[in-house]
Amino acid sequence: MIFGAANPNNGRMPEASTESPPAPRINLPEFSVGELSIALKRTVEEAFPYVRVRGEISGYRGPHASGHAYFALKDETAKLDAVCFKGVFQKLKFKPQEGLEVVAIGRITTYPGKSGYQIIVEALEPAGVGALLALLEERKRTLAAEGLFDAGRKKPLPYLPETIGVITSPTGAVIRDILHRLNDRFPRHVLVWPVTVQGEKAAGEVAAAIAGFNAFPKAGLPRPDVLIVARGGGSIEDLWAFNEEIVVRAAAASAIPLISAVGHETDTTLIDYASDVRAPTPTAAAELAVPVRIDLLAKTRDLAGRLEGAPLRRLEVLRQRLSDLSRAMPAAEALLAIPRQRLDTASGRLGSSLALMVQRYAGRLGQASARLTAQPLLQAIQRHGLRISELASRSGAAATRRND
Amino acid sequence: MAKKDGADTIESLSFEAALKELEEIVGRLERGQVELEDSIRIYERGTALKAHCEAKLRNAEARVQKLLLGPNGPAGAEPLDVT
Repeated sequence: MIFGAANPNNGRMPEASTESPPAPRINLPEFSVGELSIALKRTVEEAFPYVRVRGEISGYRGPHASGHAYFALKDETAKLDAVCFKGVFQKLKFKPQEGLEVVAIGRITTYPGKSGYQIIVEALEPAGVGALLALLEERKRTLAAEGLFDAGRKKPLPYLPETIGVITSPTGAVIRDILHRLNDRFPRHVLVWPVTVQGEKAAGEVAAAIAGFNAFPKAGLPRPDVLIVARGGGSIEDLWAFNEEIVVRAAAASAIPLISAVGHETDTTLIDYASDVRAPTPTAAAELAVPVRIDLLAKTRDLAGRLEGAPLRRLEVLRQRLSDLSRAMPAAEALLAIPRQRLDTASGRLGSSLALMVQRYAGRLGQASARLTAQPLLQAIQRHGLRISELASRSGAAATRRND
Repeated sequence: MAKKDGADTIESLSFEAALKELEEIVGRLERGQVELEDSIRIYERGTALKAHCEAKLRNAEARVQKLLLGPNGPAGAEPLDVT
């Protein structure tokens, strides 16, 4: 109807309703759709080669097989298509995620095929702490669902480690605090694996250090008995490396017991959930890692003293028992008293009974011998003599008679 | 716990394990829970455990080394002094 855009009446409002439409300007150049699209594309790209735009990620799809990710940024009033190409996507510190409030940096381009425009994202970051915390919660949920934070996975710390592996920056207060406290308590062999603890490289280095210590012994160095991953306090962005999945997974996979000490007591990063023990500060991590040497010396000495005394005390106890028992044992005299008394009684009666017996036999002998005399024998001889003389006289008389 | 004794096994014990066994031995001896004949053997083991614990406590040298990282990971270490 009106090709007003090309109207040379600059600054004048067209009085459309009162006047009849002007006749078509035949000197107005005619574009093909393609030509116009290209002109628009050039205009838009020149006007917005580098913009920061804030919005909520919506309709996130990706990364596709191509490696590119597609989504839209939206706010209450508008929506902006966005594409993040493979090379950029892989390097993103924060991966886009549905609903996340972000600030995207990139250039605006058009998409002539469908009369559209979009932002080609070059960098993406969560918009502020709230957005980061939301991202953290989401990541925490995902990793927890995998069981990486399960209490059953926690390994006990060694009581007295010989070698301690410390993963931290080799300079600054953190390593100094740890080493000082270790020396106060129990000086040990400490291997420091230097890492950057902030910025894009930090997560990869920390994860590699955890896995690397687990692959020890190496290069003539012993395998640590316990690991400390430490970093001083900082903003949530500063500590972000310790929320990265790669670090959390390395901590969870560590066969060597691991103490995390990242930030201050109030800072909690995801590595704290995956580590075996979380220390509120680097100094506290050193306290968790080793016991106090002089306490152990005192304890060992006490035990040694008791060990020395124990056999003597044991003998003393046995001797005491022996003496108690022997006191409780009845005296041999007492044991023999009754049998002896019986013997005495018996033997006393033995004497008198023997005398009585002799006496009794003597009496019987007396009686018997009193009756023993020759009288019966003499009487018998006399009786037989009379008989003989009687017989003799009778035989003489008979002979006489015969002779007669 | 009737451990087979022999000083060679004590060498491999951790400090904690040695201290724990020493505590048990002292306790058993003090409570008179062992035969007199066994107590000598157990006492000797206790003495060896004590020596082991003391050796572990004596070994308290602070040696702090920083790893030297090569392209294939740690290639060595150098002393680190942060004081």
